[in-house]
Amino acid sequence: MKVRGLTKSYGGANAVDGISFDINDGETFALLGPNGAGKSTTIEILEGYRDRSGGEVSVLGTDPQHGGLAWKAQLGIVLQSSGESGNVSVLEQLTHFAGYYPNPRNVGEVIEAVGLATKARTRISKLSGGQRRRVDVALGIIGRPRLLFLDEPTTGFDPEARHQFWGLINRLKDEGATILLTTHYLDEAATLADRAGVIVGGKLVDIGHIDEIGGAAAKVPLVRWQRDGVVHSERTSEPAALAARLYAEAGGEVAALEITRPSLEDIYLGLVGSHANAGPGEDVA
Amino acid sequence: MRTLALGTSRIGYELRLYFRQGDSVFFTFLFPILMLAVFAVAFSTSPNIGAAPDGSGGITWAAFYVPGMVAAGMLLSGVQNLGVDIAGEKGDGTLKRLGGTPLPVFSYFMGKIGMVLVSSVFQVVLLLLVARFAFNVALPADPGKWFTFAWVFLFGVVTSCVLGIALSALPRTGKSATAVVIPIVLLLQFISGVYLNFSQLPGWLQNVASIFPLKWMAQGMRSVFLPQSFEVMEPSGVWDLGLVALVLGLWLVVGLVLCRLTFRWIRKGT
Repeated sequence: MKVRGLTKSYGGANAVDGISFDINDGETFALLGPNGAGKSTTIEILEGYRDRSGGEVSVLGTDPQHGGLAWKAQLGIVLQSSGESGNVSVLEQLTHFAGYYPNPRNVGEVIEAVGLATKARTRISKLSGGQRRRVDVALGIIGRPRLLFLDEPTTGFDPEARHQFWGLINRLKDEGATILLTTHYLDEAATLADRAGVIVGGKLVDIGHIDEIGGAAAKVPLVRWQRDGVVHSERTSEPAALAARLYAEAGGEVAALEITRPSLEDIYLGLVGSHANAGPGEDVA
Repeated sequence: MRTLALGTSRIGYELRLYFRQGDSVFFTFLFPILMLAVFAVAFSTSPNIGAAPDGSGGITWAAFYVPGMVAAGMLLSGVQNLGVDIAGEKGDGTLKRLGGTPLPVFSYFMGKIGMVLVSSVFQVVLLLLVARFAFNVALPADPGKWFTFAWVFLFGVVTSCVLGIALSALPRTGKSATAVVIPIVLLLQFISGVYLNFSQLPGWLQNVASIFPLKWMAQGMRSVFLPQSFEVMEPSGVWDLGLVALVLGLWLVVGLVLCRLTFRWIRKGT
């Protein structure tokens, strides 16, 4: 997938403002960003749901604006949320949708994989929110897609269901599927994605390997301690040396000493915070 | 080939959904049958319509209302059912999901039209059985009448379906669909000779109704179910079956063009 200078404007305002990135075959790429940053608009342009205002886009070698049925047959799309009536059972729905694709997965195996084997004959309307979401995911993978779009797939999942879902996605990755994921859960991005891009205000403010997001400076460990009831903190690339100095100064154990490496979440929040404060029109890429 | 096979698969899927949805079964499937029962009972003590001055001959009001209710059923199954159904599917994300799959639009339409055809055949059979056995309405014995019935029915239902699909583009949200569609079909039923005796409407209203297809469906069905002696009550004095075919054909073409121009899996952002 190749995206070059993608823009989308609504009534003069740019919801997506010149985004460029590539996703390689077999790669899992996470698109991160706050609500309203342009993630969903971007993903819907790539899925062929929306027309772009400018830029070049190629998805599986095709311009999504002109993607035909053969192109769609290679995609799996898990949309954000849907409120369909659901008067069909899980089994009926998946069997029906499997018929749309030239080389679908086995319906029973897919139901098993999303953990709905005991609910196969239950109507979708009778399922809980998290279970319905799993049906969405099942419908997204039933056609054995080469490229899978997952737009906030685990919203409403309990922690156990989320871990099961991660296992499922890892199996799909092993089978060679390319995945574009958006999520609000940074641990999810850190677990699943090979690379990530961060969108703020319609611009891509950072992109890279999941361990490189935010740059080297963002990874500098943070040392926190207390002295006389006051919390102190310092960022240093030599945390052990700082701790030893504090130990010497205090003449013993240092109160509430902790050394942490910033998580993806900390880095992400730092990125979003600094770019949200930057004025509009400022080139931050 | 694939398009037709998927269309057939959609018909089965749509039928299952349709009959599982209690409100649509009640309001569109049983509605004409209930209305026939209401009219038949309400006018059960009235003298026959078209009777000679001495009170002999003519037909019961139940028999008089059969063609109108058949036509109403055709219109409701197509226009009201599909207009509301598809607008709802647009609103709740069903169409967006389908638009992301390799399902051809034609297969989707085929599923909808097939679903309406099958359910409206059930509907009209049930309606005629109720008319025959609950209200003792004599049904035509002439095979020629049934041939007319078959083509007017098929032509009318398919035209209604196409117009329903076209109309589904009008409501801005799924929730407003019934508010947009129902007044249109209700108004048409009142001016097209379904509830009110068409021959007693003012001439200008008859002319307005003649623009729309329901009047012609009802007229075609009157030619099937009413005695020959009623033909003179038509505004033109004849059943005008050729005109029925012509007007339905024109509306079918108009509907197809509108569908082609307006149908989208999703509203693309402006």
